[in-house]
Amino acid sequence: MKALERLVSLARRRSPWLFHLNAGGCNGCDIELVACLTPRYDVEQLGIRLEGSPRHADILCVSGPVTRTTREALATIYAQMPEPKVVVALGSCAASCNVFAGSPVIVGPVDTVVPVDVYVPGCPPRPNAIVEGIARAVALLGKETPGKDAQGRDTR
Amino acid sequence: MSLLSALVALLVFPGLVYAVPMAWLMLWIERKLRARLQGRIGPPFYQPFFDFVKLAAKRPVPRERLDSLVFTGLAVLAVGSALGALALLPVSAESRGFSGDLVLLVGLLELPPLCLILAGFASRSIFGEVGAIREAILSISANVPFLGALVALAASAGSLSLVDVALLPPPWVRVPALLALALCLPVKLRINPFSLANAEQEIYAGPTTELDGIRLALWELAHGLEWVVLVGLTVCLAAPVRSGSVLADALLFVVLSLALVLGLTVVAAATARLKVPQASQFYWRWGLGLAVLALVGAALPTGVLPLIGAPLFGGLVIGGLVR
Repeated sequence: MKALERLVSLARRRSPWLFHLNAGGCNGCDIELVACLTPRYDVEQLGIRLEGSPRHADILCVSGPVTRTTREALATIYAQMPEPKVVVALGSCAASCNVFAGSPVIVGPVDTVVPVDVYVPGCPPRPNAIVEGIARAVALLGKETPGKDAQGRDTR
Repeated sequence: MSLLSALVALLVFPGLVYAVPMAWLMLWIERKLRARLQGRIGPPFYQPFFDFVKLAAKRPVPRERLDSLVFTGLAVLAVGSALGALALLPVSAESRGFSGDLVLLVGLLELPPLCLILAGFASRSIFGEVGAIREAILSISANVPFLGALVALAASAGSLSLVDVALLPPPWVRVPALLALALCLPVKLRINPFSLANAEQEIYAGPTTELDGIRLALWELAHGLEWVVLVGLTVCLAAPVRSGSVLADALLFVVLSLALVLGLTVVAAATARLKVPQASQFYWRWGLGLAVLALVGAALPTGVLPLIGAPLFGGLVIGGLVR
């Protein structure tokens, strides 16, 4: 049983699949995230894949502040992801709303809607900062125990 | 075919014990070579295995009972039928097959795409449905030349037994029939330039968009097994001789399979995705042309074909180019 748990933990660390959502940012962070897939950074060598469906994903990368129109979409997408899952907030907007703070259409930073596990600061963050943020998220995925999410919160 | 040899074929070689690691190896080769050709490093060789374990260990979001039953059932059926098809492959000339196993093989080969189409529609997702429709259209287009080529081989061998079909046809039937079969491989494996059904970034993951956890893991495995069985079938039909030694035959089978995977990956990395009408037209024109050539060769008495075959093929090529 111990060996099986170790294998699953190893597999989770070696095969993190991402789902990317722009909750209302300027697209700068999105371009930097896509740059991670190019030959210069090539995150596929770490087993990372950018998936089109939240149901396939382990890590939810959210860029931008949450707007009134994307709040429900963000909550739905988070609920569709199977456990264990972690959320990475990409860029300053996702962490604090940045220049959009105080706008009437903004709900707030990402952590007002879904629990955020890793913040990657920057406007936009450089690709190597994003890779480091994802690496921290991956470490959380590996520590996960059944019935709890990556931070030990009860999921049932 | 005794019960024991059937069980060995299903569970050991070329069945379960060989096919599952081979499926992961082929999926890895495809990803790795594509990455290398794009100037990237690509995933480590254990990647498909860890992907499978991780997906299997996920705790999916609860669904309606019937939905989970349908999705799991279709995925299990796809994996099972791919394994069953593998067990029928005439890797060595030992009396492993039975009369009519070609028909069973074709039926089993058609089940995974059919399950995928049903899963796409059952998911009730717009992306799943679009992917399922594309898969259905392309299956029909590609199956006409695929079945035509198999019928030509069987007719010229005068038998529906796979060992005869693999060994007996003369070269003027074998060459166009094998070319037609090889043309059908990319669409059946859903790789570029015919990756329309699972078109990533375009319709997300196509029919598997709404699947998660163990069901998705089973579909990934079924996809890998489709690689092993379709590449294996082409290799079995293409190798015109069997050495008689089971080990040598098995080794040749593995080496040729991997070589074909490399070739298909190079094609996939070098091409872009076609549109549905273009892809469909390609098979109705070139695939069907080659299959008809093979059928004509199988119908004519020996020695006549080389006289009329070359002008006929030339005409087809010129006709295709002019249109």
